[in-house]
Amino acid sequence: MSVQKLPLAKAINESLRKALETDPKVLIMGEDVGKLGGVFRVTDGLQKDFGEERVIDTPLAESGIVGTAIGLALRGYRPVVEIQFDGFVFPAYDQIVTQLAKMHARSLGKIKLPVVIRIPYGGGIGAVEHHSESPEALFAHVAGLKVVSPSNSSDAYWMMQQAIQSDDPVIFFEPKRRYWDKAEVDVEAIPGPLHKARVARAGSDLTLAAYGPMVKVCQEAAAAAEEEGKSLEVLDLRSMSPIDFDTIQTSVEKTGRLVVVHEAPVFYGSGAEIAARITERCFYHLEAPVLRVGGFHAPYPPARLEEEYLPGLDRVLDAVDRSLAY
Amino acid sequence: MTVESTAARKPRRSSTKRVSAKKAQPSEPELVQLLTPEGERVEHPDYAIDLTPDEMLGLYRDMVLTRRFDAEATSLQRQGELGLWASLLGQEAAQIGSGRALRDDDYVFPTYREHGVAWCRGVDPTNLLGMFRGVNHGGWDPNTNNFHLYTIVIGSQTLHATGYAMGVAKDGADSAVIAYFGDGASSQGDVAESFTFSAVYNAPVVFFCQNNQWAISEPTERQTRVPLYQRAQGFGFPGVRVDGNDVLACLAVTRSALERARRGEGPTLVEAFTYRMGAHTTSDDPTKYRADEEREAWEAKDPILRLRTYLENEGFADEAFFTELEAESETLGKRVREAVRAMPDPDQMAIFENVYADGHALVDEERAQFAEYQASFAEAASSEKGN
Repeated sequence: MSVQKLPLAKAINESLRKALETDPKVLIMGEDVGKLGGVFRVTDGLQKDFGEERVIDTPLAESGIVGTAIGLALRGYRPVVEIQFDGFVFPAYDQIVTQLAKMHARSLGKIKLPVVIRIPYGGGIGAVEHHSESPEALFAHVAGLKVVSPSNSSDAYWMMQQAIQSDDPVIFFEPKRRYWDKAEVDVEAIPGPLHKARVARAGSDLTLAAYGPMVKVCQEAAAAAEEEGKSLEVLDLRSMSPIDFDTIQTSVEKTGRLVVVHEAPVFYGSGAEIAARITERCFYHLEAPVLRVGGFHAPYPPARLEEEYLPGLDRVLDAVDRSLAY
Repeated sequence: MTVESTAARKPRRSSTKRVSAKKAQPSEPELVQLLTPEGERVEHPDYAIDLTPDEMLGLYRDMVLTRRFDAEATSLQRQGELGLWASLLGQEAAQIGSGRALRDDDYVFPTYREHGVAWCRGVDPTNLLGMFRGVNHGGWDPNTNNFHLYTIVIGSQTLHATGYAMGVAKDGADSAVIAYFGDGASSQGDVAESFTFSAVYNAPVVFFCQNNQWAISEPTERQTRVPLYQRAQGFGFPGVRVDGNDVLACLAVTRSALERARRGEGPTLVEAFTYRMGAHTTSDDPTKYRADEEREAWEAKDPILRLRTYLENEGFADEAFFTELEAESETLGKRVREAVRAMPDPDQMAIFENVYADGHALVDEERAQFAEYQASFAEAASSEKGN
């Protein structure tokens, strides 16, 4: 049976299992990934089946996790490391930015660093401080890194396979509030390119571009808008570095309007990059300025306020109305 | 930095007091020494070494040529041929001693000052100068000589070495890994994390700290309140302090630590107690932060001079050896000078090369735009010519 209905977390688990089975050089590393199976159980059962030499519980030291993964990659391994939560990645940020991202270029191509860094990210689960952030722009800004985020189980399964097989370092942002959402996964399908955006819903009046956790919100917004007679196209970008601007351009040339939606703060965020480039590419097609919906320029708030902070259906639809009013 | 604190840090040895051979007489109780500053062989109960005269001449030659190369690079920086240079002057024994302890299959993770270790690994010294001239960020294939690229961010490479060593252990190989860093780097979290990881995974790695007393203008007192080698104890592996100006002791101690790693007994911290006689790099001025007397005291412990005294006293080398070596040094200096001056600037399009292994749409787009932009100048020039 090649098609299974799996929660997103389980799809990643199955993907990691397949990678461990297929390639003896693949290693899983991180805090609590072994016996516990990770705090979200994404690595559940892997150490039991592949042993402590393949699925490695590490000391609680993020720089050490990434730094030693670099060394293991230099020795020919393909480490997949878990950073337990988004806000915990910063102790490792130096190793990621100054070392992991640049070593291939510095070596004039002699060194390859096939390291995947998994980061459960984003809000919506009522967590405490440092457990709900969306720092993807900080990584996408760094040349040498690739940054992706799946929005559903099927993508999660296949994008993880592709990230592990990539010879470039990949920052793999997992939308933690979608971990329990079930969807069909065809484990024998032939996946599209890792960095190709997906048209999640076709429409003709306006384009909503999102990735990761916000794709579902945008699809709900499009369904609600349909009841009001508006036809919204929803793009699932899937990759923040590189960004598939061709797919966005094609959509905007059709609809004439674009709203970019993400959880991360709007200021200097990926929406700004998309707005600028799409304005350059589609200036004469645009009927309205590109609008952005996202987080505020403030620390991620306490859990009781996150519903106000996170873009929900109403804020997305409000931006849609503003765009259509031009 | 006060003169008092400098004095407190110095090994307390009177330069007039001669030690008798065969008697262990380290300047500090914990300092492993096999060759005194006066060029006399002494024994150490844990670190015996038995080298032929030819092997000792080889070590001497390595140190002299490394110093000559370093002097040439310093000159080239002063002449504007290099943007920067990090001199190893004074640290030749630490680098040649540890470098010659390595086997071909061992792997080295250097800082940006390991020119002597690079020499031992067979990296062409001219390749070390590309990054200082500004034509690349590396300049050699790390896997050709098992000598990783220089790492500028302090201490980062100790984690890479640890991870690599974890891989060596997984492979079941008996190679060892050595990570170089300085006293300043010992303050970095990455170094502490590499100690933790290497200890808990029993990784076959040797941490070779060249304590050259200064992290740019910050003295060792600003990095630690305990002798650095003692840090290892808290992580659960041995630490040893060696006279970093004694090439024989550096060789013996590093060899022993590497053998320990190969036997599967885990990491060792070696602190080579030495002195950076020049500036941190050509950008700083050590006269602003340290006393002349300090340098003079360390000059008396010069690693090259003491081996020469020993070689001469034992009759292992005659005048012809030193004359020939002098000529060889000059040839090396000339070769390095010419190679640097002949080093071409990289092609403009190199900016976009090797950013990614598998390619990246944005890089491709910017490459094409830049190529078009550059080509527009050529077109403008040719149409002007045509007119």
